[in-house]
Amino acid sequence: MKLSRRNFLKNSAVAGALAAPSIWIPQSRAAWGATLTKGEPIKVGVLFSLTGGLAVPEEDSTLVMQYAIDEINAAGGIAGSPIEPVIIDAKSDFSVYSEKARELILRDKVISIFGCYTSASRKAILPIVMQRDNLLFYPTCYEGAECTQNTVCTGPLANQHSKDLIPYMVENFGKKVFFVGSNYVWPKESNKNAKIWLENAGGELLGEEYIPLGDSEFGPVLNKIREAQPDFIFSTVVGASDIAFHRQFKQAGFSAEDMPIASLTTGEIETKAMGAEFGAGHFLSAPYFQALENPTNEKFVEGFLSSPYGKNGATHYNMAETYNSAYVFKAAMEKAIADHGVEEVTSARVREACAGVKLSADISPEGETWVDGDNFNTWLVPKIGRCKADGSFEIVKQADEHVAPDPFSIYADAGKCMSNGLVAPDGSVRVDVI
Amino acid sequence: MDFSSIAFANSLILGLSIASIFFVAALGLTIIYGTAGVINMAHGEFIMLGAYTVYALQTFVGIPYFLCIPAAFVVVGAIGFAIEKSLIRYLYDRPLDTLLATWGVSLVLIQGTRLTFGSDPKYVEIPSFLSTNVEAGALSLGAFRIFIILMALGLAAAVWYIFYKTDFGIKIRAVTQNREMAASFGINAGQVYSFTFALGAGLAGVAGALFGALNIVLPTMGAGYVVEAFLTVVTGGGALMGSAIASFAIGELQSIFALITNSTFAQFLIFVVIVIFLRFRPQGLISASGKRR
Repeated sequence: MKLSRRNFLKNSAVAGALAAPSIWIPQSRAAWGATLTKGEPIKVGVLFSLTGGLAVPEEDSTLVMQYAIDEINAAGGIAGSPIEPVIIDAKSDFSVYSEKARELILRDKVISIFGCYTSASRKAILPIVMQRDNLLFYPTCYEGAECTQNTVCTGPLANQHSKDLIPYMVENFGKKVFFVGSNYVWPKESNKNAKIWLENAGGELLGEEYIPLGDSEFGPVLNKIREAQPDFIFSTVVGASDIAFHRQFKQAGFSAEDMPIASLTTGEIETKAMGAEFGAGHFLSAPYFQALENPTNEKFVEGFLSSPYGKNGATHYNMAETYNSAYVFKAAMEKAIADHGVEEVTSARVREACAGVKLSADISPEGETWVDGDNFNTWLVPKIGRCKADGSFEIVKQADEHVAPDPFSIYADAGKCMSNGLVAPDGSVRVDVI
Repeated sequence: MDFSSIAFANSLILGLSIASIFFVAALGLTIIYGTAGVINMAHGEFIMLGAYTVYALQTFVGIPYFLCIPAAFVVVGAIGFAIEKSLIRYLYDRPLDTLLATWGVSLVLIQGTRLTFGSDPKYVEIPSFLSTNVEAGALSLGAFRIFIILMALGLAAAVWYIFYKTDFGIKIRAVTQNREMAASFGINAGQVYSFTFALGAGLAGVAGALFGALNIVLPTMGAGYVVEAFLTVVTGGGALMGSAIASFAIGELQSIFALITNSTFAQFLIFVVIVIFLRFRPQGLISASGKRR
């Protein structure tokens, strides 16, 4: 048969129609392709931004992930298999996150993805992760109000994050506060939590401002702060904007002594990037600081900074949480392999095995933590640090005991997040709540 | 809306500062676009190179900040000159190709910077007296922002002088109006373009030297400023005066909108205003040359 254009089109249309049923992927929760073979590398996705406005913290997440994987592999890997990271640059672009998440799951067939620093990117990839029943290790703080069967978070939730910080600031600096945040979901939800702590502490909210993600013009906000005269500022500004904020804050004549910024994000990396003089005197709430004095942290800091990945010269809460997520993954994989055998391990079974995984103080640089068996967030000890003149932090307050993660703490009406879904007060269960 | 007259006065002053940032960001692009008609997608990266030049000179050589600013002009101007000589000059009659080529140049510059300096953020140090706030009664503005306003005025005056009071300026304007005619009168149009491109790049370098102190120095920092620069140039129409008026209007409007609403919504409003404006006046405020466009 002569292959004319029309014929070709017709034939391929028929072929397409015939092929369709076999390539049709039903919306079932069957894991997509990720199967393991004994002794073969275990592929995981590492999905952070190496370029763009989010690269400031996320590049270090990638580096520390590589460090952790090297460390695990050097110690024999997981049940004899090394971990093989597939490293992706998501370019600070949320559409790239979702495109690459799909690629990681479908093409690279990773068993889990470690990734995202912003809730916006997490929400961008979660539908894909859930559809393919894969597993996302989200290794940083977030606002909560989510209950999926496909995430494990090793950072603090909003209910853990600012709980001590706001009362501490009110007590030490005064009742009047101004909220500044980046304009996306995490700062807004964090501020909802912070308002509750503020009310309990008897504080007063003078104003609330949001800056576009990645924007660097803080003039108008600083003018409003000058007008309002708060006692301190509560900041949820992230990434490059955060550095611009601190620099312009000082350049506009504000001082950390009179009006400190209490931040949920400004850690060692940020203070180093902005110049220590611009960070000095401000506060951060986090479960980890480079200055923590314990043998595990000393080993982590020294090991990381002397490794090829430590070129940026600091460790950071985000990095400790990312580092921990690799070890949670390791522990869960080992458990899943022991329970089901290597060939039968799926992402869902890894997630199941994460329930209650405890990282001892010998592994976790921030001290013992464990994954909640119901909502798969992490029990941890929030700490408050104050930036010193050299850009490092001194810890000024530490919670007495581990604080439970509660993703729906301010939405008690919605229900309670359990491993099978969000259980409403009337007993009905909703899955995949994002 | 609830705000005092002092807040309003302060936001007008701040608007002037935002305007000066827009203007400085757009100045180099105005010259390159207005004269040579090149849509220079690498403009943001020239700004980035200016910031890195200052960083490198401060860190590795120890040159004080004020000397770094002219140094950034020279270094980035030289880079611009080299790029013009080796690439852009073959593409003057092909606007779409210059667009692609300069975009390619921008990627090369970003990656080249990342390979050279690493992708961790750097910062530019400024003398401590610029890190203060200048107050007059209830009115106030950061010293560094005042410095940028003065720089914007100085640069505008210098560019105006070059364009309207020097022989080189006459040649530039002649070539802008009609390249063939100018060439037939013995003006070396190719050379004029080369130096104009270098001048534009050098001015972007100065912008980078200023913005590096206000913001964070990253290989990708140019992306934010190139949007501001194109907004200003397109609204202004490509002429120096047009860019000055456009940046003034955008800066003041953004500051006032941000006072009345908030920074995020202010950006949205600015874009809406510009789109509506361009719907009725697509050539911009003051069109440099009716011939090319």
